[in-house]
Amino acid sequence: MRMPDPVRQTMEAAPRIVADLRRLVSGEAVIADSEARRVYESDGLTAYRAMPLAVVLPSTVEQVAAVLAYCHRNSVKVVPRGAGTSLSGGALPLADGIILGMAKFNRILDVDLDNRCVVAQPGVTNLAITEAVEDAGFYYAPDPSSQIACTIGGNVAENSGGVHCLKYGVTANNLLGLEAVLIDGGIIRVGGKQLDCAGYDLLGLLTGSEGLLGVVTEVTVRILRRPEMARAVLLGFAEVEAAGECVASIIAAGIIPGGMEMMDRAAIHAAEAFAGAGYPLDVEALLIVELDGPAAEVEHLIGGVVEIAKERGAVSVRTSADEAERLRFWAGRKSAFPAVGRISPDYYCMDGTIPRRKLPLVLARMREMSKLHGLAVANVFHAGDGNLHPLILYDANKPGELDAAEAFGADILKLCVEVGGVLTGEHGVGVEKRDLMPAMFTPVDLSQQQRVKCAFDPDSLLNPGKVFPELHRCAELGKMHIHRGQQRFPDLPRF
Amino acid sequence: MEIVGAASKRGFGRPVEAPCLLDLSALSGVVGYEPEELILTASAGTPIAELERLVAQRQQHLAFEPADLGPLFGATAGRGTLGGILACNLSGPRRIQAGAARDHFLGVSAINGRGEPFKAGGKVVKNVTGYDLCKLLAGSHGTLAVMLEATMKVLPAPEDTRTLALRGLDDEAGIRAMTLALGSPNEVTGAAHLPRVATLLRLEGPRPSVAARVDSLRDLLRDQARTIDVLDRAASQALWRDIRDARILPGAPDGIVWRLSVPPATGATVVGAIARQVAAQWYYDWGGGLIWLTLPAGEDGGAGIVRAAAAAGGGHAVLLRAPDELRRRVPVFGEEDAVLAALGRRLKASFDPLGIFNPGRMWAGQ
Repeated sequence: MRMPDPVRQTMEAAPRIVADLRRLVSGEAVIADSEARRVYESDGLTAYRAMPLAVVLPSTVEQVAAVLAYCHRNSVKVVPRGAGTSLSGGALPLADGIILGMAKFNRILDVDLDNRCVVAQPGVTNLAITEAVEDAGFYYAPDPSSQIACTIGGNVAENSGGVHCLKYGVTANNLLGLEAVLIDGGIIRVGGKQLDCAGYDLLGLLTGSEGLLGVVTEVTVRILRRPEMARAVLLGFAEVEAAGECVASIIAAGIIPGGMEMMDRAAIHAAEAFAGAGYPLDVEALLIVELDGPAAEVEHLIGGVVEIAKERGAVSVRTSADEAERLRFWAGRKSAFPAVGRISPDYYCMDGTIPRRKLPLVLARMREMSKLHGLAVANVFHAGDGNLHPLILYDANKPGELDAAEAFGADILKLCVEVGGVLTGEHGVGVEKRDLMPAMFTPVDLSQQQRVKCAFDPDSLLNPGKVFPELHRCAELGKMHIHRGQQRFPDLPRF
Repeated sequence: MEIVGAASKRGFGRPVEAPCLLDLSALSGVVGYEPEELILTASAGTPIAELERLVAQRQQHLAFEPADLGPLFGATAGRGTLGGILACNLSGPRRIQAGAARDHFLGVSAINGRGEPFKAGGKVVKNVTGYDLCKLLAGSHGTLAVMLEATMKVLPAPEDTRTLALRGLDDEAGIRAMTLALGSPNEVTGAAHLPRVATLLRLEGPRPSVAARVDSLRDLLRDQARTIDVLDRAASQALWRDIRDARILPGAPDGIVWRLSVPPATGATVVGAIARQVAAQWYYDWGGGLIWLTLPAGEDGGAGIVRAAAAAGGGHAVLLRAPDELRRRVPVFGEEDAVLAALGRRLKASFDPLGIFNPGRMWAGQ
């Protein structure tokens, strides 16, 4: 993975930069020691590592502003980091940049049940928000599988999803307000406890901007009343096509389940061996359909789902009898990643979204690619919203297998775009899908996005090398015209 | 140039200072509708009413409940376009449960101020690839780009609808009842308080579910109101349409209209602070979080009083309807602090460096 070339002067000035930063935050909040820095060399995309110049752990918004203003004045690159669980390399360090770790921002500031919201610092974990309000019967809806560790600030940066987002939306749909610091140290507050903001929707723009536009220092999220009841149905199908049709029929019948997950044969077997969830092993596809809401509604709709499944040829139908069984159904799906980790030394998790009707085609093409690249693949799939998570099985110790896994992954994502889908449904572009962006966007599309970046960060100091396959100097982007796809500045760094 | 679709909300925002008009009303038509994928793509000039009729044939709807504010500005009803709704980010009573227009705006193709066609977002319901420029364009009042085509998320329309009407509550008691209802697991999809008329709570969904929740909510609110009526489906739909479009706003047809967005539980306090100083009339939607307020014409249209009250409550106020002359003088969308204002100018320039699109629409000189 090519990253922007480190600036030699910055590398040489490291001792001075560390000393300067120690004047802005307390001494122990700047980590310069190489052993301690190593903790930060990677995030959830562990194939890539780099040692940051230094790690800074501020504890107030004023310190964040001072650190960013300093980096802006001195042209030091900044990589913001929450818990470091990004699966797309969003927090991958730069050798000539600092890691700005938000771990000390770990307090919930306000639980406001009357206005149905929580104000939290960005280093609070996703799950901790739910824990703060669950005694009162509320919860925070987006639930990425890393929710025990990932932070709400990271969720904002990546616009994280989860298994319940078809019905309840992703992070962007559950945010009310933000405080963020710009690269020049300017502090902005957008939104609040009200539902609409005036002016440009910076709340929407910052969400999912992957740490390239600003550093989030406070978050206001909407909380929901916990549904009265949740029940799940486990549906086995002899063919993937039938499972796909079942999903389409459920939605066409006007039912939006709280969760609707699909697993293919490889994933079912891995999950069952790991979790003993009681999954049928003689099926090609398994659906978990969860209905939640008022008890009368759940009882009513679950009957509809079972009826549709039978019409679509389900060979196995089981409805959770109680809460323990419902959780058991989920235990297999939720442990699918570690389960695959047990049958293969390494796996690479992909994240494209496709129009659901293309699922049989995409799975068939994926089987061909699997043969071509010589690597097995297991599929878990947020079936309701078409978000695929193919897990490519490989062994990093075998020469060439990591490269093959990456090539296979790139082919899958290009296929997603080819059938009308997108490169990433919830994990973000990061470094992982950066070079695939031209498969989805034209040079003009990308330059418009980069001009937005320039409006926030004209010197490209915030998380450079992520999201965009080429670094443009903003002054030139301001003038740039693209003629029939030709680049005017062939000398600019491209990765 | 001034950009218009059906020009039904031309009176919303500062008056545009431009010598020519770009009329997109002929850019109309559905490009693709895939009910099972929950996706609808249409040209920006397509009337919302046409889209609502189309998706209703498959028992679906635009869940954010697009408001038809044309009549508020003197236009005939039912003319507003998809592009217009998105440019104004106008959402109806279901905003509290289903989200705003911008939350259902999945993909866009548009022209920037350099004359370059670009796209953002996608044609699937879940996507985080690149910046979410759809959200930025939503509510930008045509100042950043000319939208050509938009992809929207559509959802199943509810099978049944009922409304509980609580009688005899003052504003504070009405908001308390709405807060109680919205904090319960009854999935309330509309919560409005019409002073001296009723406090209204809407329940939607499958028939057995609505019936059960009507009972459950009535039990919950038994101590809040002496009389609770239940409105049937037809009465509910007509009533919530009027709430959505501000047709029930009392006062003179040419009165000043403000739209305040505040933390819901503070609604009555905010209104109280205004009503003590000026003769206002109002109603609440969004559980108290949206206040429609009308005032007699005055020096600054009540801006000083209304904005101070909204800010004290933690929200803000938009001057929705006022004579051109007043909307030129009083910042329609309020004042931003220096950092936000400068960022807004740079964002505008990143799309439209020469300031061609809707100059002056959101802020003077921009």
